[in-house]
Amino acid sequence: MLDDFFTRAILAGLGVAAVAGPLGSFVVWRRMAYFGDSTAHAAILGVAISLAFNASIYAGTLLVALAMALVVSALATRGQAMDTMLGVLSHSALAIGLVAISFVPQARSDLSAYLFGDILAVGRADLALIWAGAGAVLTLLAWRWQRLLTASLNEELAMAAGIDPRIERLVLSVALAVVVALSIRVVGSLLISAMLIVPAAAARGLSRTPERMVGNATLIAALAVLGGLTASLRLDTPAGPSIVAGAAAIFGISQVFRRG
Amino acid sequence: MSALIEARGLTIQRPGSHETVLQNVDFRIGPQEIVTVVGPNGSGKSSLVRALLGHMPLAAGRVVRKPGLRIGYVPQRVQVDTTIPITVRRFLSLPRRISDDVAARVLTRTGVQGVEARQLTQLSGGQFQRVLLARALLHDPHLLVLDEPTQGLDQPGIVAFYKLIEEVRRQTGAAVLMVSHDLLVVMRASDRVICLNGHICCEGTPQHVSTAPEYRALFGAGSEGTLALYQHHHDHDHDHDHDHGHGHGPHPHHHHAEAP
Repeated sequence: MLDDFFTRAILAGLGVAAVAGPLGSFVVWRRMAYFGDSTAHAAILGVAISLAFNASIYAGTLLVALAMALVVSALATRGQAMDTMLGVLSHSALAIGLVAISFVPQARSDLSAYLFGDILAVGRADLALIWAGAGAVLTLLAWRWQRLLTASLNEELAMAAGIDPRIERLVLSVALAVVVALSIRVVGSLLISAMLIVPAAAARGLSRTPERMVGNATLIAALAVLGGLTASLRLDTPAGPSIVAGAAAIFGISQVFRRG
Repeated sequence: MSALIEARGLTIQRPGSHETVLQNVDFRIGPQEIVTVVGPNGSGKSSLVRALLGHMPLAAGRVVRKPGLRIGYVPQRVQVDTTIPITVRRFLSLPRRISDDVAARVLTRTGVQGVEARQLTQLSGGQFQRVLLARALLHDPHLLVLDEPTQGLDQPGIVAFYKLIEEVRRQTGAAVLMVSHDLLVVMRASDRVICLNGHICCEGTPQHVSTAPEYRALFGAGSEGTLALYQHHHDHDHDHDHDHGHGHGPHPHHHHAEAP
């Protein structure tokens, strides 16, 4: 079954959808959209470094994304003008990554694979890594679920219950870096944060509790993967953008059925 | 009786600077006591509360909390982001899950029975404060800490809220520490008032504090002082007030004690 490239693509997409739902909900709740952007954009720099040193793409993107997530998280704690700072970091990371990658001859040719993903080229090893990473992130989020939720709702209330909001922020930063690393083959650096935000935003209007929102977001992300990949196969459109376009279409429909 | 919380020589500096917010403050609250902290904006009221709770580092002095002390806390200006869908019932189960029975009981106690299925963000200001109070009453606290709990409520709402606090104290035997700017209403409900302005200006029974020159100096000029002086005046000279009220714009007692 796994011999078929399309089956592998669907399984890889579903793996990303499974983490994009829960983590994307936190990104929406904590208004971390730009945070997701800068971490994801930093991944391009990670790709350049991995190729230059002949290392695994996943390891390189994970390290750089993790570094970026920690820097941004530290800045957030200091309470600087966050939107400007994140805008600077996000776009600088992307630009520097693109410059760096231009020095690596073999990467120049398939730059778009790293920017927009190349899900149809996902192999068995990629698939194993994606699902292992997704499983690890889901375990982490499930384990700390009540704490993460309390800290996202109100930091003062969290502290009063003995929860350190800084630790929960760190947990989410690490989870974000892992998800960025494992999604780079599937949707690429530019579209990762779309996969996090769009399904969760669509789920918001349809949900009354955080758990329902996570469930709906995951379902919507999975539908977007299935629809996007099918469309991509039939219409010969690029896979990553088709998946995100699918999520955007569901978001549009969800706005009609909002429950406030 | 042993104190629930006792602080000696408390000095607090604003995080990230060496600006002193509170200087050498002694504090003590005993079982079943209602203590209110009043003071102008920036006088260190919230810092005092947060230091007593252990949410803030001390520059000097020490805080001793009775071992095993359970505290129910309602922080200042709790804002729940509209991006998080959450019902009252789910909110009460954060971070520790509680049974439906317990949830119904605390909501009834604070006069908002039956709101379990409502979204947190769709409650009125008064209902929301009562839900926060209900949450603080879970797990049978020995001490309730309320930081400006009536912010955003109208005058009847404020009076009703303090009545509720007194009732809760009577029923549960919990001590209450409040920060407030509703000088008169809150002082009537308090056993002891602490007037704060970077240090303790004066302290004692409500009668003692409201006649203390330090208190007059702090609140004499503002609208809060108008209300305080008016009350004093009102007790002794009804007729004068009625004459005064004719054609002279708003009655002095229409000036609510509201901090900007």
